[in-house]
Amino acid sequence: MKNTPLHDVHVRLGAKMVEFGGWSMPVQYGPILDEVRTVRTKAGLFDLSHMGRVRVTGPERVAYVEGLVTCFVAKIPESSIRYGLFCKADGNPIDDLLVYKGKDEVFLVVNASNTQVDLDWMREHARGKNVVIDDQTDALAMLALQGQASAAILQPLVKDCDLAKIGYYKFGFGTVCGIPNTRISRTGYTGEDGFEVYVPKKDGVRVWEEISAAGKAHGLAPIGLGARDTLRLEAGMPLYGHEIDATHNAVEAGLNFGISFAPEKGDWIGRSALERVAKAPTKRLVGLKTDGPRVPRQGYELYRGAEKLGYVVSGSVSPTIGANIGTCYVPAGAGNPGETCEIVINGKRQAATFCALPFFSRTRK
Amino acid sequence: MRPNDRRYTETHEWIKPDGETMLIGITDFAVAELSNGNEGDLVYCDLPEAGRMLDAGETFGEIESVKAVADLNTPIAGEVVESNMATEEHLEILSKDPWNQGWLIRIRPNAKSLDKLMDAAAYEKFLAAHKH
Repeated sequence: MKNTPLHDVHVRLGAKMVEFGGWSMPVQYGPILDEVRTVRTKAGLFDLSHMGRVRVTGPERVAYVEGLVTCFVAKIPESSIRYGLFCKADGNPIDDLLVYKGKDEVFLVVNASNTQVDLDWMREHARGKNVVIDDQTDALAMLALQGQASAAILQPLVKDCDLAKIGYYKFGFGTVCGIPNTRISRTGYTGEDGFEVYVPKKDGVRVWEEISAAGKAHGLAPIGLGARDTLRLEAGMPLYGHEIDATHNAVEAGLNFGISFAPEKGDWIGRSALERVAKAPTKRLVGLKTDGPRVPRQGYELYRGAEKLGYVVSGSVSPTIGANIGTCYVPAGAGNPGETCEIVINGKRQAATFCALPFFSRTRK
Repeated sequence: MRPNDRRYTETHEWIKPDGETMLIGITDFAVAELSNGNEGDLVYCDLPEAGRMLDAGETFGEIESVKAVADLNTPIAGEVVESNMATEEHLEILSKDPWNQGWLIRIRPNAKSLDKLMDAAAYEKFLAAHKH
């Protein structure tokens, strides 16, 4: 099991540490639901140094990544970011990722649990291509600052970069806590405004502590992976292994914003399979809400009377919504908002209502 | 030191003789694992109807927290005499007093010996050996 550069900080803060994607990570520092509320009302600081970070350079970088990822890389403006997926030829994803389009690089942020699979996949398909694949995962610490107070907290620590000029899903470089040329992106996995910063491993602890100190007056608190999962679910964001995996594709998961079938994009791995799915989807991902005490969890089946309607892929107590929520797959056309079903939990049934995704959305400035 | 008037299981239940019957509950460790010290993290508990016959090792109920669902198991065979509805409806009792008020079921055991189960000292040792 690997430790992030922040490991000792988490332990000192009393975090409960768990294995996640091969890393020892903080699942919570205090009550999970309090951490969710902190991010929704103030701001939270996350250690995301387990996420895979891969920098692709070389003259063929854009065409190369274009052939592997679902989004249209050539069309991404410089200093912008898009969501995409790596798929197998059958259209099913091996991972989802963020694609940062730089001046002379394509920078990818992938899931911790899939980093090695992604790297193997990328290297296999890089043969004969004029690209350099640089796995920066162990060289960089990655911190996320999320919540409405994020810009106010971070700006005083950043020189030569006006955070107000970095729009949502864009990135820039600035001097962060004295570290020049630091990548800063306006991204996150919570549905809140916020930033992700990438600093050399040796500076991880110092940057964490400087942000923590700067955030004190704003109510900033460290947030674990438990709350992160609830925040992303409330915001309707997919998690690999739940909404998408080797048998759940991005089209049926409703991730069309991350898929380009534009002719100019050319062929990419999984394209023809996903085009077929897009023409005739058999299932779709919808939201689920229940007022009952039990929490929807991955694998629970959904029924209406004797008819099986689908199954749950994610679930959580949602302090923001004030109900227990989940995402589930139902046949295409089923599960319309307001329709009801029953979640079967160990033989017992609990009433639930289908709803549109996301559960929570904050209007962006 | 945890109470020595009862025996313990490796799945963190306790069982305590109480006249002709026995009480079964879960340990403070089990409660902490589920709720991480936050009583509001416990969301649901399901206990059996009186009269249900249980085999040794059988799951008689479930307890759920924000994070996870855990089975409740009986270490001995017998008949459920009563379930503690107060605990089922007020899960915070488990955080406050898992040893007395927070009992879960009362069972009429088929056999009275608890010798195979851990006493308090053995349970402490078991916890120490399994601390991660």
